[in-house]
Amino acid sequence: MSAITLKNIVKEYGDGYAAVNDVSLEIADGEFVILVGPSGCGKSTLLRMIVGLEDITSGELRIDDDLVNDKAPRDRDLAMVFQNYALYPHLTVFENIAFPLRLTKGALSDDEIDARVRRASTLLELDEHLDRKPANLSGGQRQRVAMGRAIVREARAFLFDEPLSNLDAKLRGQMRTEIARMQRTLGTTTVYVTHDQTEALTLGDRVAVLRRGVLQQVASPRSLYEQPVNLFVAGFIGSPPMNFLPGEVGESSISTPFGELPLTDRLRSAVEGRDIVIVGIRPDAFHDVDESDVPDEAVRFEAEIDVTEWLGSELYAYVPFTSHDDVAAKLEELDRDLDGEGMRTQLVVSLDAMSTLTDGDDATLWFDPASAHVFDPETGDNLTRDAARAEKLDEHGAKARKRAIERARDKAERGDAAVAVPSAG
Amino acid sequence: MLTTKQRIWWALGTVAVLLYALFPVAAIFATSFKPSSELTSGTFLPSSPTLSNYESILAGDAQELFLSSLRNSIGISVISTVLASILATLAAYAIARLDFPGKKLVLMTSLAVSIFPVISIVTPLFNLWRTIGLYDTWPGLIIPYMSLTLPISIWTLTAFFRQIPWELEQAAQVDGATTYQAFRRAIVPLAAPGVFTTALIAFFIAWNDFVYGISLTSTSAARPVPAALAFFTGSSQFEEPTGAISAAAVVVTIPVVVLVLLFQRQIVSGLTQGAVKG
Repeated sequence: MSAITLKNIVKEYGDGYAAVNDVSLEIADGEFVILVGPSGCGKSTLLRMIVGLEDITSGELRIDDDLVNDKAPRDRDLAMVFQNYALYPHLTVFENIAFPLRLTKGALSDDEIDARVRRASTLLELDEHLDRKPANLSGGQRQRVAMGRAIVREARAFLFDEPLSNLDAKLRGQMRTEIARMQRTLGTTTVYVTHDQTEALTLGDRVAVLRRGVLQQVASPRSLYEQPVNLFVAGFIGSPPMNFLPGEVGESSISTPFGELPLTDRLRSAVEGRDIVIVGIRPDAFHDVDESDVPDEAVRFEAEIDVTEWLGSELYAYVPFTSHDDVAAKLEELDRDLDGEGMRTQLVVSLDAMSTLTDGDDATLWFDPASAHVFDPETGDNLTRDAARAEKLDEHGAKARKRAIERARDKAERGDAAVAVPSAG
Repeated sequence: MLTTKQRIWWALGTVAVLLYALFPVAAIFATSFKPSSELTSGTFLPSSPTLSNYESILAGDAQELFLSSLRNSIGISVISTVLASILATLAAYAIARLDFPGKKLVLMTSLAVSIFPVISIVTPLFNLWRTIGLYDTWPGLIIPYMSLTLPISIWTLTAFFRQIPWELEQAAQVDGATTYQAFRRAIVPLAAPGVFTTALIAFFIAWNDFVYGISLTSTSAARPVPAALAFFTGSSQFEEPTGAISAAAVVVTIPVVVLVLLFQRQIVSGLTQGAVKG
């Protein structure tokens, strides 16, 4: 187990294109850090630089206190799970898992290798498949074999490169919890690359959001969701994504296509000196007037529902609107960054599943202006970010994390044989 | 899934193709057991099977002609196969793995070489070989054989190497393997079946060649079996050597059959399945 420190890491290709640009990140011992971003943001490149499969153009990469920039992958002692598992097709599951152990001749006796592989296979519930070849396994089983190969080494850290993207939705959910459980049990430092924000929010102690090779924000999932630093992070985290509305700043309010936001002290200082801002409101901040108690400060507005999507646990309603010319370009650019198609501008509202609203209905909706974020249309910066609150959320996350690890270690010490895996060392 | 009707048609088709392909082989096999008096009898099976034809090529009159040519054929084919496989493996590995200028040129040149008609080169080669002293020697046949076996080896191996997931090599390196260990333990086991298959194809090309064999040799010093068969004679000028030729043909088929049986497990394709999702 180790800490990994990235300092001003740059990856530049021959043509001068910087796939990763000046990324600094400290990953603490035992921490689970997610690298997330849309395709082409450099997250996989960054991971491959950590493991040593890509050269580092400039910057420093340290594992614990060793500078490993120029070390070969084998000397870094990291374990990696590849996106398509990269299992050795000519070896059985047992030999696949044992592969890393057999490389150092004579270091481990056959008995010890056998014991270690069996411990890993028990943890991953692969015992009955040990004699099979990867070709005969299901996707989820192959994935577990790849994880087995990673944990059997007792490496200094685990690296995952989109390990679940080849699985179907149900299996993905199961494996996600499996990975979380495994990491908690072993307490091994983990770096996990994904483009799936559900994985990012559920798995990570901290999440690092990348955009075009540049690190945007590193924070706990809650802090990321509640206090995004800019338009990109706000738009990327959350599903359905945050609604971005054009807001014209007036004397006493910000006027949006869906009602007037009164200029409270918080907003007044945020928008100071600007005529146009982008107002960001999460879909779950909206409510139907008929189905909830409306607080005094709520902003109400009438909307004609265009399309509804009923999902069982909630209902999404879509309300088209015309964007303001001054912010349209910025929002289109953002949409492209987020792999969107730039279709139409519409408000997404997440309502109670019991709501009877259907396509074409007129509804009166409300939202709490305190839940609205205000962004600078030029820089995309979040003008209403509450740094103190964000810090508190991060601290809370760190504490929860520490407790989880302690719990797992206690459990392991008590001799919970089935889960007391290689870790200890 | 095939319906019953489709299956019947497939079975019929397969039987027809097998009959068409194997009947001549069966006929040669049957003929090789016929005494010379029966060669023109018109029956398929010999009425009194005899081993005299085999005796004549392995121990009798034609022994020297046949055994020396068999030795030549085996030696020349094996050497040109081994050389072609080594060179083609290196070339294909580079073409599949690396990006270097002239990559296309190598592939295109080898393709061009392979479509060049053999018969058009053989006369100039005959003159050249006589001048520089390669005529009627083993190297004199090995070199032209490699011009036949190398292009096809390079092409098949390149195609084969391209579908090896190189991520395995990286995975092995991350698992703690040295570059050599990664190659040896993760890539070679996957590449071996491709190399075997290619070598087998190359061997058969060399083994079956007739034009170079008959044009570039004159004595038993280097003459391979396909060429030597043309020099078989009957026991008198009124007798056709058909029986002896059939027996020789059966004998030279044996190594081919043995090779295929020996390596068929290595040739099993689809070994790479399961390495990556798919």
